[in-house]
Amino acid sequence: MSNKLYAPIILLLVLTFLIGPFIIIIAASLSAGETLSFPPQGLSLRWVIKVFEVESFRASFGVSMFLAIGGTIFALILGIPASYALSRYKVPGAETIRTIVSSPIIVPGIIVGLALLRYFVVPFNFGILFALFLAHTALILPYAVRVVSASLTNLRSDIEEAAVLLGCSRVGAFFRVVMPNIRGGILAAFILGFVTSFNQVPVSLFLSGPGVRTLPIDMLSYMEITYDPSVAALSALLAFMSLGIVFLAERFLGFSRYV
Amino acid sequence: MSDSRFLCLEKMTLSYGKNVAVPDMDLDIGKGELVALLGPSGCGKTTTMRAIAGLMEPASGKIVLDGTDITRVPANKRPVGLVFQSYALFPHLNVYENVAFGLKLMGVKGSELDKRVIDGLKTVGLSQYATRKPAELSGGQQQRVSLARSMVMEPKVLLLDEPLSNLDARLRLEMRTELQRVQKESGVTMIFVTHDQVEALAMADRIIVMLDGHIEQIGTPEDIYNHPVSDFVADFVGFENVFERVGNTIKTANGDVAIAGDIDDATKGLAWRPSMVTLGDGPFEGTVRGTSFAGGTREYLLDTPLGQIKAECDASLPAHDFGAVLKFDLPVHKAAQLARTGSL
Ligand SMILES: Nc1ncnc2c1ncn2[C@@H]1O[C@H](COP(=O)(O)OP(=O)(O)OP(=O)(O)O)[C@@H](O)[C@H]1O
Ligand SMILES: [Mg+2]
Repeated sequence: MSNKLYAPIILLLVLTFLIGPFIIIIAASLSAGETLSFPPQGLSLRWVIKVFEVESFRASFGVSMFLAIGGTIFALILGIPASYALSRYKVPGAETIRTIVSSPIIVPGIIVGLALLRYFVVPFNFGILFALFLAHTALILPYAVRVVSASLTNLRSDIEEAAVLLGCSRVGAFFRVVMPNIRGGILAAFILGFVTSFNQVPVSLFLSGPGVRTLPIDMLSYMEITYDPSVAALSALLAFMSLGIVFLAERFLGFSRYV
Repeated sequence: MSDSRFLCLEKMTLSYGKNVAVPDMDLDIGKGELVALLGPSGCGKTTTMRAIAGLMEPASGKIVLDGTDITRVPANKRPVGLVFQSYALFPHLNVYENVAFGLKLMGVKGSELDKRVIDGLKTVGLSQYATRKPAELSGGQQQRVSLARSMVMEPKVLLLDEPLSNLDARLRLEMRTELQRVQKESGVTMIFVTHDQVEALAMADRIIVMLDGHIEQIGTPEDIYNHPVSDFVADFVGFENVFERVGNTIKTANGDVAIAGDIDDATKGLAWRPSMVTLGDGPFEGTVRGTSFAGGTREYLLDTPLGQIKAECDASLPAHDFGAVLKFDLPVHKAAQLARTGSL
């Protein structure tokens, strides 16, 4: 009896907690007022339009897109062969390698960012964009290895031998029968990597520098100076972009199978 | 090269690291033969097949196919096909594309490709399934796609690793005849692995019995069934009463027992099928410890001074009760005379 009563209440609370902020942000971004506020004062699209007019947003959006797409692709180029080797060959210390590769998931982003800055960027004098690119690749790599490994585990390895016996080289077998069968996993890893990189704050915070910022960092500094609803509008737009990507992925791939 | 030495293994040794799985194997297989590789689990059947296919390199020795030494020829350049126990179909390709896979790599195109794929599918009776994905097929159908995929390559030797073990009893029988038919029609040299002696006896032209990495006996099904050379083979093909022989006695758990009859000097052991034991008459006595009805016959398990003896007689005869004491004989003229013992 009491269970029946509590369950919907708890469900409602959880949903409010999860979706509430999203609704507040959408509402705030449609405000006609001058400052970020909820409930919104009047209704208008002026802040949504403003987002596209702010020069620094455009630049940092470009940086973020470059990092998310380029970093993810690079992480996959490193991660797919690594996952393959880990799953198909008796690599000595495979477990240790797996742990190390996935450590950025475990270690707080602030620490990763600081370590990268202190021991790589400063001593080797990397350019900001290059440093950001490496950092994002390192952050995405664990997701790439995990998701791709999972789909490799589900793929029998004897099909590669079958392909070899039908005339493929070992490498040919990888591209002809392994890649097509882990395509879903690779796309899932791509989406996860993209979203992770795009939303990344702590690591980027340490590595951003004059003129080169990722979008989230840019939004933070914008808010320090200007407290208008355009940041809310931008957040809402980004949320819709992520939703759109996940929706398409689920629609065409059954994304949730891989994550 | 003569037709009887189409595929030759010469002193082939196969090892996993330091563990030798197959030491110094010598074997000749004739062109167009259907050969069964029979043996208990872990005796090296799969290992031998993988070496012939080129998936594993021999530590020493040679593999010669059709007069050419192929020991160092990589797997993708060998004219050898292998049908996996797990079928190993490509899940992302449909039946047609699976069968076409190897042909396309060979450079076969257009109507020639189409013709050969369709012919292959027809041979295994799957023409109407061309557009299905492997996941949409039954085990037997997948098995046949896998067979067609290898057959269309027209290999000189086709290897099948336990082709029937994943199928249910009825399908097994069906696939047995199917495999035999495909082999006879195409004339391909075929070696299949099994650990079911009934399957080997029913299908093969010749049977290779393996034990612990070596060949125990090679022969026709009749040879193997009637004239096993060792206690292991004898036991494997149903001689359930096996004894070591010294002079005119057989060794039993309770000491040597004299036995009457002509025995070859070279014979190291004697073996009787349950049906070869004379029941109701003879110099020995045993107590019935178990009986089982097997349709046309009835089997008895007897406790005797020679140890346990399995005997069989016509089921139409009156049944003996549990605990009954029966006379029996082990007639030497019926026994299989074994050249070797000690492998059991
Ligand atoms: N990958 C491997 N690494 C090490 N040893 C192996 C490996 N594969 C097989 N072996 C060993 O080699 C021997 C022969 O194995 P094989 O797989 O050839 O047996 P099999 O006759 O095919 O048995 P089954 O009927 O169970 O399939 C066994 O003792 C086995 O333990
Ligand atoms: Mg095997």
